[in-house]
Amino acid sequence: MNEIRHKVELSAHVSDEVRKTTCYMCACRCGVNVHIRQGEDGTPRIRYIEGNRDHPINKGVLCAKGSAGIMQHYSPARLMKPLLRTGERGSGEFKEIEWEEALTLAADWLADIRHRDPRKLAFFTGRDQSQSLTGWWAQQFGTPNFAAHGGFCSVNMAAGGIYTFGGAFWEFGSPDWDKTEYFMIFGVAEDHDSNPIKMGLGKLKARGVKIVGVNPVRTGYNAVADEWVGVTPGTDGLFILSLIHELLRLGKVDLDYLLRYTNAPWLVIDDEGAADHGLFARDENGDPLVLDREAASVVSCKNGASLKAALKGAATLPDGRVARPVFELLARKYLDPRYAPDAVEEETGVSAAQIRRIAAEIAEAAFEREVVVEQSWTDMKGERHERMIGRPVSFHAMRGISAHSNGFQTCRALHLLQILIGSIDSPGGFRFKPPYPRPVAAQPKPHGGCKPDEPLPGPHLGFLRGPEDLLLEADGTTPQRIDKAFSWDAPMSSHGLMHMVISNAHAGDPYPVDVLFMYMANMAWNSSMNSSGVMDMLTDKDENGDYRIPKIIYSDAYDSEMVAYADLVLPDTTYLERHDCISLLDRPISEPDALADAIRWPVVKPETQAEGRDVRGFQSVLLDLGARLKLPGMVDGNGEALYADYADYMVNHQRKPGVGPLAGWRGADGSEAGRGAPNPDQLQRYIDNGGFFETHVPEEARYFKHANRAWSDWAIAMGLQDGPVENVFQLYLEPLRKFQLAAEGHGERQPPDTHRKRILETFDPLPLWYPPFEGAGVDVSDYPYHAITQRPAAMYHSWGSQNAWLRQIHGANVLYVPGPVCDAAGLRDGDWAWVISHHSRIKVPVRRMEAVNGKTLWTWNAIGKRSGAWTLDDNAPEAKKGFLLNHLIHELLPPAADGYRWSNSDPITGQAAWFDLRIRIEKAEVGDNPVTLPQFPPQKDPLREPPAVVAYGKEWGEGE
Amino acid sequence: MTSLPTAIERSLGLVIDLDTCVGCHACVVNCKEWNTGGYGAPLGDLDPYGDEPVGSWLNRIHTFEVTPEDAPASIVHFPKSCLHCSDAPCVTVCPTGASYKRSEDGIVLVDESMCIGCGLCAWACPYGAREMDPVENVMKKCTLCVDRIYNDNLPEEDRTPACVRTCPAGARHFGDFSDPESNVSKLVEDRGGFDLMPEMGTAPVNKYLPPRPKQATESCGASEAKPDETANATGFLGWLDRALERLG
Repeated sequence: MNEIRHKVELSAHVSDEVRKTTCYMCACRCGVNVHIRQGEDGTPRIRYIEGNRDHPINKGVLCAKGSAGIMQHYSPARLMKPLLRTGERGSGEFKEIEWEEALTLAADWLADIRHRDPRKLAFFTGRDQSQSLTGWWAQQFGTPNFAAHGGFCSVNMAAGGIYTFGGAFWEFGSPDWDKTEYFMIFGVAEDHDSNPIKMGLGKLKARGVKIVGVNPVRTGYNAVADEWVGVTPGTDGLFILSLIHELLRLGKVDLDYLLRYTNAPWLVIDDEGAADHGLFARDENGDPLVLDREAASVVSCKNGASLKAALKGAATLPDGRVARPVFELLARKYLDPRYAPDAVEEETGVSAAQIRRIAAEIAEAAFEREVVVEQSWTDMKGERHERMIGRPVSFHAMRGISAHSNGFQTCRALHLLQILIGSIDSPGGFRFKPPYPRPVAAQPKPHGGCKPDEPLPGPHLGFLRGPEDLLLEADGTTPQRIDKAFSWDAPMSSHGLMHMVISNAHAGDPYPVDVLFMYMANMAWNSSMNSSGVMDMLTDKDENGDYRIPKIIYSDAYDSEMVAYADLVLPDTTYLERHDCISLLDRPISEPDALADAIRWPVVKPETQAEGRDVRGFQSVLLDLGARLKLPGMVDGNGEALYADYADYMVNHQRKPGVGPLAGWRGADGSEAGRGAPNPDQLQRYIDNGGFFETHVPEEARYFKHANRAWSDWAIAMGLQDGPVENVFQLYLEPLRKFQLAAEGHGERQPPDTHRKRILETFDPLPLWYPPFEGAGVDVSDYPYHAITQRPAAMYHSWGSQNAWLRQIHGANVLYVPGPVCDAAGLRDGDWAWVISHHSRIKVPVRRMEAVNGKTLWTWNAIGKRSGAWTLDDNAPEAKKGFLLNHLIHELLPPAADGYRWSNSDPITGQAAWFDLRIRIEKAEVGDNPVTLPQFPPQKDPLREPPAVVAYGKEWGEGE
Repeated sequence: MTSLPTAIERSLGLVIDLDTCVGCHACVVNCKEWNTGGYGAPLGDLDPYGDEPVGSWLNRIHTFEVTPEDAPASIVHFPKSCLHCSDAPCVTVCPTGASYKRSEDGIVLVDESMCIGCGLCAWACPYGAREMDPVENVMKKCTLCVDRIYNDNLPEEDRTPACVRTCPAGARHFGDFSDPESNVSKLVEDRGGFDLMPEMGTAPVNKYLPPRPKQATESCGASEAKPDETANATGFLGWLDRALERLG
């Protein structure tokens, strides 16, 4: 039968056109080539989505989520028209209305508030990639109540890094994948960022570079790591400080680097009881003082290249008091036997031998395998360096170490480790991505205040320098913000506390709100702690029968759980139908060697993608609302809208003269980058270039950016900063000490007495470790285990659930239980169990696992769904077999001895402490058809029936 | 019954690196995305938003836990698709000649116009690499993206299987195993590439690279640290003095 000639079309027609835009299937923002092909009915359809080879983020590759974009784009859960609630909140009963009615209604609600009391609007956005617009809009509106989702995501990582060295991981910087000789990854499952980490790991594998995975669970990146550190949740900080102990003990720190780039030599006043004890000794100009080890005199740290600063010793200050260098305090602290490997092994679950060996390997890679780049450069003090010498040890870390109540200090500890070995922005180490470095000195302070019909005086979010910058009412204790950010509860909460907004608004603490306005944040489900409680708060009524949170406006592209709780729903577009800018003013996509930004643009028009589809990009809607409210900057002198839509804003808005949302092709003829007049042709230039703009950092500016003159000059020319910015790495963080001083009774602004002890204990200016609060607040013999989630690589938050392909990969989840815990509880694969926290209990299916920390149970994140949501069948596995840990986690800690219930957050930044959860597990009765508990009544679906079959692409199969 | 070709001009296939694969499913989904609009019938999904969604896929990832006695437990991600065997039992079992192996490049394909959906080939495949499409009832399998690798409508650099082009970790490699100098032949040579289940006698073309040995947690290793020469003599601060002197 070999004679049979089989017909195979080897050069089939692929697509009519390739349109290049930016992915939004997660927060990674890869470039994608969208192949467009005419469908049967003549409309443009998506044939195929692949990675853009030219794009700085993904260089051609694309993950599972991005590859499933077609199913996201054509999901039956897409909202089609504005919706007005007709049933009770939570029921999902709506009627469709026209945009004009929806916008008029929203504008009426908001105009009243702005005129009366702007803070009665709480405007919070979730996985928002347009915070420079949404934040500016809220600022112009005048409410102090704005933030995005950073407070429940990873603010400890961001703030810990910015306060310490002016950068952090992910968008702020990345490992030097091409030059590093040793790589450690902490607390990262399979996400954040997605493709760049996988590409980087692939590079390390190809070069044979050792990868160490630090994670209680050995999946994903940790599965391919050469070595696994199965650390107990919440003890990463102790593990890191033990590594620091070892490095100090071995004399493996880069003293030259510390003297040049850090506050290691700065003198700290030693005057127990004084109002400035523990602050830096400063001269009359405010410059910190150091001890010259040759002259034995106290001089300004800015005394020039001839200075030989001491790193130890008692210095006598001009006023006769004593001060000691930061480094001496640091060395004494971490050389203490309490940080010795033998002392921490039980708490961390990491053996002393492993800690010692890893410390030795870090030291060996950093100091025996130094990397040299033959490139001369000049530092900010004017000294010329002939070469760039690097310490090729690099790290990456994310939510696993930051989503704890000790996360800020743990993130600081990791940054301290990098700095001590001299690897920050040195070849082979961590590398800043433009516009970073951007230390606190170059960051705004938070702004509050609130006056009717007036904008806020500045941006909401920022980095406070001390108690004087807290946003408090005149009584010195009452928070100005609904989420209590920048208050004594969470002073350095640079991203706000979105997880507390609904809880506080419901309680009227510190005050009730009139309108809760949210975007892309599934707060009625997987983005809240205590999801059941939040659902109750959203539906709770007062004695008059009115909802306690009177009005809720929500914008989403899909029929999520949160949609059911809104009074007014503004339907957003899919990511292929919209304009967006991935802006340097916001969360940019630069790479270490290149400044980059990007756009999304409508590669297909919404109205062509489904019958009756009448949706608008949220950012355009927001600008429309702003114009209706006549917000400053959004209307001209005649009260007419300044911007037709978001695309118009992206091109023509200027945050300051010459600097706008997009850096590429500025100036009337498009010849300028960074700074320049608006260019009406700008978006087309982006489209022609594949949807992104990229310009390379000069060779001389590629390392040591924190102290590199060429970098500074370039950053100023590009509009990233307006002048030179001093960036001295803050090993010792003085703002923390200022809060401790306040807690000791010094200064005008005083914390409530309830807060003093906690501030004294946790606001250590040198990183420390303390046990996570939830574990400290319960009897651990009742709750002996930890429970955490990991985000799967093929699913992003809840978005993937309505994706016909991705839900076949992750349609239900199980609880993975360590073998010995199974044995103790009598559990076998297929059994069901009750998982019980101090707050609640859930019933879940279990599976035995060995590649996990022995005290840690885990499951995949955000797989469980409310029945009826996302246009899934009421009996979908996501609803009946899937589950959330969120129900076990309360937004408040167990009552303290005095009855007070603190927020379940980091005491410094307010980051939600998701991973502090403590639980026990008990075998459950199975019954005939077990379902996960809790269950909720099905949410009614305002949309049409989903199709019974998907056979995507059939129309193109004919005739080939 | 269908015959295998007597000679193969080239032997195209994949090398899959189990040391690098993080199990992210990029290859799985990108494969489905390309192929549902490409070769033959779509890769259909039945009850896609219901309580028992089931679709056909040409590539799946299986995840195994390994629990050696002398090392911590670990996870291996194992992507599996058709291995384009030299002695492909799925071909010889086919009653209509629909299942065949190309002599030009060794790719095993299903000619859907001849497939009666009997499913014998899926039973014959020891790897479970074929799936009956639940919507069209036609047998689906990896085509090695035969409609990409020769496609003049694609840029030359994209004439590679979708799974290889998309893999973020670079764990998948495509090439000609009949050429000992090819990238895939060299990888197999250098890294000890192996056949999946060789005892089945299928002589698979695709090869897997084994995970490299992991560090044993308890081992101290050769690099147990020695303190900087003077660190222990007078304690850390004594070392500091001398270290600073060396800096000048």
